[in-house]
Amino acid sequence: MTTKGKFVLLTMLLSSLFFVLPATSQELLPGARVWGNFQMDAQYYQSDTVIGAPDVPEKILMNAFANINAEYRGFTIGLRYESYQNPLLGFDNRYRGSGIPYRFASYTQENLEVTLGNFYEQFGNGMVLRSYVEPNLGLDNSFDGIRLLYRPVSGVTLRTVIGQQRFYWDLGPGIVRGGDAEVHLNQAFSRFSDAQNQWIVGLSGVSKFQRDQDPIYILPENVAAFAGRINFTRGGLNINSEYAYKANDPSAENNFIYRHGEAFMMSSSYSFSGFGLLLSAKRIDNMGFRSSRSATGNDLHINYLPAMTRQHLYSLTGMYPYATQPTGEMGALAELTFRLPRGSFAGGPFGTTVTINSSIANAIDKQPLNDTTAIGQTGTDGYTSRFFALGDEKYFQDFNIEVSRRFSRNLRGTFTYMNLFYNQNVIEGYMDKENVNAHIFVADMTLRLERRRSLRWEIQHLSTAQDNGNWAMLLVEYNISPNWFFAVSDQYNYGNDDSDKQLHYYTLNMGYNKNANRFVLGWGRQREGIICVGGVCRVVPASTGFTLGVTSSF
Amino acid sequence: MLLVSSGFCQGAGTRTVPDHTIKTLDGRDFQTSAFENDGKPYVLSFWATWCRPCIKELNAIADIYDEWQDMGFKVIAVSTDDARTRANILPMVNGRGWEYEFFHDENGDFRRTMGVNMVPHTFIINGNGEIVSQHTSFADGMEWEMFDKLVELLEKE
Repeated sequence: MTTKGKFVLLTMLLSSLFFVLPATSQELLPGARVWGNFQMDAQYYQSDTVIGAPDVPEKILMNAFANINAEYRGFTIGLRYESYQNPLLGFDNRYRGSGIPYRFASYTQENLEVTLGNFYEQFGNGMVLRSYVEPNLGLDNSFDGIRLLYRPVSGVTLRTVIGQQRFYWDLGPGIVRGGDAEVHLNQAFSRFSDAQNQWIVGLSGVSKFQRDQDPIYILPENVAAFAGRINFTRGGLNINSEYAYKANDPSAENNFIYRHGEAFMMSSSYSFSGFGLLLSAKRIDNMGFRSSRSATGNDLHINYLPAMTRQHLYSLTGMYPYATQPTGEMGALAELTFRLPRGSFAGGPFGTTVTINSSIANAIDKQPLNDTTAIGQTGTDGYTSRFFALGDEKYFQDFNIEVSRRFSRNLRGTFTYMNLFYNQNVIEGYMDKENVNAHIFVADMTLRLERRRSLRWEIQHLSTAQDNGNWAMLLVEYNISPNWFFAVSDQYNYGNDDSDKQLHYYTLNMGYNKNANRFVLGWGRQREGIICVGGVCRVVPASTGFTLGVTSSF
Repeated sequence: MLLVSSGFCQGAGTRTVPDHTIKTLDGRDFQTSAFENDGKPYVLSFWATWCRPCIKELNAIADIYDEWQDMGFKVIAVSTDDARTRANILPMVNGRGWEYEFFHDENGDFRRTMGVNMVPHTFIINGNGEIVSQHTSFADGMEWEMFDKLVELLEKE
């Protein structure tokens, strides 16, 4: 049977379960369960040369997917149907078309979980292996293969995977094999179960195979990576650390150098009621790890290197988001959260929460191998690097203060100040752009008008002498709980040096929710920008038009 | 980001929370089949430290949590944070003084099993462990909507 034939058969099987089970599960299959979700985003593109929106010959573009799963007595099957007709602007055109790129069957018996087909997995912090799907980024690096998870005793988890990764509608060329063992010592050994000190240790090993067909270089066909991690908790104190090492792995991402890769991260937090402190640090050196040597962008990542900067969700604080630099970076983050108690002078009648946060990302130290070899020269070991030394170039830095306060029973507000430094050339891959220094203020207020109606407004301002200059933004949103919302917003680039680009980016949105179905209809201008989730980013081109979003869960 | 209002879904009354292994905040394995509230209804909320509407939802419930607890209701909050932000969970939970039962869905398996696509996604569970409604997103006032629903369930039971 062809692959397509198998998909059709599986679809029919799932569809029949989907339609039959809800009606008859009580009579025929007690305990059977069908669940899933659906999401569609469509846009009608209007011509708008002023903002530089590209011409869209199709006029309408759409991304959609649906997950359908069924479970009965530990046996689970599922699939995801995806349709891109054609992909929305900003998504890779190789997604064009429709099909079932994700389907699996799994069963669990005696603490053993077996998954056949597609699966997602993560070892530790993901520094040697993490597969995940993020539809907003057009990212899906799921494996197609076999996954085993075994819990021989309480507190011990063993995992092993083998598979190839999704590459749009195909599979990447490399085969990935890996195993991970994690032991929660206090749970696994009963004599430590009541100890105040809680320890978790874990070890991972991953290897990829890709045939060497390079006419010039002898490339390693098998590349191994290892990681070890430890997690310590005592009361409000938590320390989590992981170190990963990867053998030499010449690839397009590292300009085909033969240097090994390594990554280290450590997070420490101390918290009690009303107080939380977090300190994190990391170092990444040539740790890109993909199941194809030629892959770039967001394609075929085997591992995940999290950014250690704060994830900003307001429009203007998120204008210059940081993306992890897998070829080398050192970063640190400190975050303090505390609550000023209600009734106190500073806390006011309902209490106030303050978060102060700062993060930095910097280049690592790189020294040439010798006088005649440039740093990162193809076919060499690339460079040498002192582990604790900082490189010359700063990539990103931010400082944030956020104050959330409830002023009365009906009025609350969150006020944010952010100061940032953003190295546009490194993060966005330009050659000649200025570094951006910006100050950003946001006031986010919510006024409850009555029990089910509320008004929310955001006032934002970004000031910078670089890039596109100053921006101001206003958003007003009216909610009628639980079904309706209406929102209007305008981002105004009034500080652009080019007076022709001092434009308004206005939007109108309305949404309706009913029975876990959500519909959002919008119209407006989208500025060119970057969307990032977890340090992984995608460029969004400018556009104008109508949008329709539908999400549903069942 | 827009915070949108949401609707409660009257789901199939016999659907229960599936059994899955997730983590307590000190890293212990925990079976989701053990979720319970002494036979009273409760709220199961999926959230993340980077999700502004989620924080608004948990803050809003915290403001009236005394009333919830007086009625015997509780919130079980499952974080979906990944490696980037997982270290934020404890400082945020304690720093903001939230008093819910917290868990961490480390690999997102439980989230997928519950059909959760984005956060916040909140389920209301009755005293028999059955999912009776769910909603996505949060808008001011939803905390009372949930409270009313829990009271209604309690009266039925």
